Amino acid sequence: MSEDKGSFGVHGTGDTSGYSGLVRAQVTPGSSERPFGGYFDEVADDLERAFPAFSEAIEKIVVDRGELTLFVKRSHLVETALALRNTETLRFEMCMGVNGVHYPEDAGRELHAVYALLSLTHNRRIRIEVAVPDSDPHLPSLVEVWGGINWHERESYDMFGIIFDGHPGLTRILMPDDWQGHPQRKDYPLGGIPIEYKGATIPAPSERRSYQ
Amino acid sequence: MTIHSDPYAESRETTEGRVYSVTGGDWDSLATEIGATKEERVVVNMGPQHPSTHGVLRIILELEGETVTEVRCGIGYLHTGIEKNTEYRSWTQGVTFVTRMDYLAPIFNETAYCLAVEKLLGITDDVPERASVIRVLMMELNRISSHMVALGTGALELGALSPMIFAFRDRELVLDLFEQICGLRMNMAYIRPGGVAQDIPAGAIGKIRETVDQLRINFKDNEKLLVGNTIWMKRTQNIGYLDLAGCTTLGITGPVLRSTGLPWDLRKTQPYCGYENYDFDVITTDSADVYGRFLIRMQELEQSLRIVEQACDKLEKLEGQPVMVADKKIAWPSQLSVGADGMGNSLAHIREIMGESMESLIHHFKLVTEGFRVPAGQVYVAVESPRGETGVHLVSDGGTRPYRVHFREPSFNNLQSTSAMCEGSMIADVIGAIASIDPVMGGVDR
Repeated sequence: MSEDKGSFGVHGTGDTSGYSGLVRAQVTPGSSERPFGGYFDEVADDLERAFPAFSEAIEKIVVDRGELTLFVKRSHLVETALALRNTETLRFEMCMGVNGVHYPEDAGRELHAVYALLSLTHNRRIRIEVAVPDSDPHLPSLVEVWGGINWHERESYDMFGIIFDGHPGLTRILMPDDWQGHPQRKDYPLGGIPIEYKGATIPAPSERRSYQ
Repeated sequence: MTIHSDPYAESRETTEGRVYSVTGGDWDSLATEIGATKEERVVVNMGPQHPSTHGVLRIILELEGETVTEVRCGIGYLHTGIEKNTEYRSWTQGVTFVTRMDYLAPIFNETAYCLAVEKLLGITDDVPERASVIRVLMMELNRISSHMVALGTGALELGALSPMIFAFRDRELVLDLFEQICGLRMNMAYIRPGGVAQDIPAGAIGKIRETVDQLRINFKDNEKLLVGNTIWMKRTQNIGYLDLAGCTTLGITGPVLRSTGLPWDLRKTQPYCGYENYDFDVITTDSADVYGRFLIRMQELEQSLRIVEQACDKLEKLEGQPVMVADKKIAWPSQLSVGADGMGNSLAHIREIMGESMESLIHHFKLVTEGFRVPAGQVYVAVESPRGETGVHLVSDGGTRPYRVHFREPSFNNLQSTSAMCEGSMIADVIGAIASIDPVMGGVDR
């Protein structure tokens, strides 16, 4: 996912710790192998049975920290969602919402949309994740599948600039209508001004030394 | 554009028709003017204003006479970029930000966030039992104070003033407890990754038990005023109807979902913090209307009191046990204490790091300024807040700061149902319907 260098988040000559050569690679959990454990195998099996294009639609399945994530191709998102909702053995009748995550380093897959699904019938939770490139941030809207996702999609559009095609009214929801840019993207600055307190100046949060 | 001579009921022509700015006290001139037009359809902009303590909400209503044909909500007035801000702070500092989202349910935001951080760290099972019990205790007290606002302001909005007085009187008792336990009445930042900021002070259990007894007596006042009250029932029954199918498709949780008869409560269905060890009932009604939701909140108060009592029993048994994980690389270095000016470092800890142990000072400095690292990955954790499912989607890139914090706020989601509940009803019922959703705009806008 990313690479950390050094130990104290200092770059250049400021680092006297002796750890400036330290490189730490951060790896996000990769694709999981069967058995996934718990009800995850059943969910995968049932979806595979109910959904003929399963192998085409699902890029990978990740089981991490007791949660199942299906990485779905955007071309198959609506069908996958319908299969997850309608199949009796799956019945994910509630979508708790969608939100974006911006990975500027993930070339060609910069913007991720993450959907949290809940099945009241079977008391299960899973997650769908779809990645789209920054240059073409289009996704089919799922408002027709789960009506309650309406505002969540508007929020993801507002904050990340992900465009949900087919949404009944994709406008900004939290920011003013005439706002420029999408604030939750990583390249969008946090802003803030230095604060003076008892003679000392404290820089804005984004300008302070970071201990990443 | 023509400016009307009346400075109060100003009007002008737009492409959408004539627009009037009404400020109150000018109804007569407005009524005369509107009466002269043939158009029955009127678009009314309600707000943006501060309806009681819910926050700033704007409602756009399309009316035919007094019947509502279309409703849309305008939100965003309280957007403060909390999610973005947390990306520039350490994992522990995040607590002080998320607690300010839904300001009527701060403990729930904190707990959901901390449970998510702990899940990412893989230390969910290492959180001491005493810490979990304190979390449950605080959450249930918070549920009472939140429901008091929902009931009090809900009644106030429908024109009943006395319930608000009683509700805020009782809420004050709960906030006093919060103040005694952690020094703050709201936005406490009391729940921390790995446990809680400090143990509850000596004497607090006795005070909580006293308050519980007092609240049981006090709750009867509002019950006598409202339950079965003919006027109240006429204003709330069969109003704001939303059935189970409507709730599932709109992702509605909390009292609104339970008012359709479905006993869906995450404390029972997907327990966290040891809720499976408490004896309480999930309250439902099947009327799916404002009155049903009111009854649910009323009865949930008693269930919360039951849980608080059981938590007190457990705490007495767990006296002297730790309230923070044992791992010193995660646990906040000091136990805090409540001083005259709120919560702060305990004097014993200051003495240790400043006068006794250089290593303690280094450790304190490292953990407070740099924070701890959280392995890369993502989790979704949900808790049952007074308004429904508060879900936290946390993403870590392995650093000392969150990569992405997203709150799935029940108020944000549930406010969407305004259109489904209100279209076709009378304009006066819109107020009751929205009050029954109990949206807190701090949570909606974040």
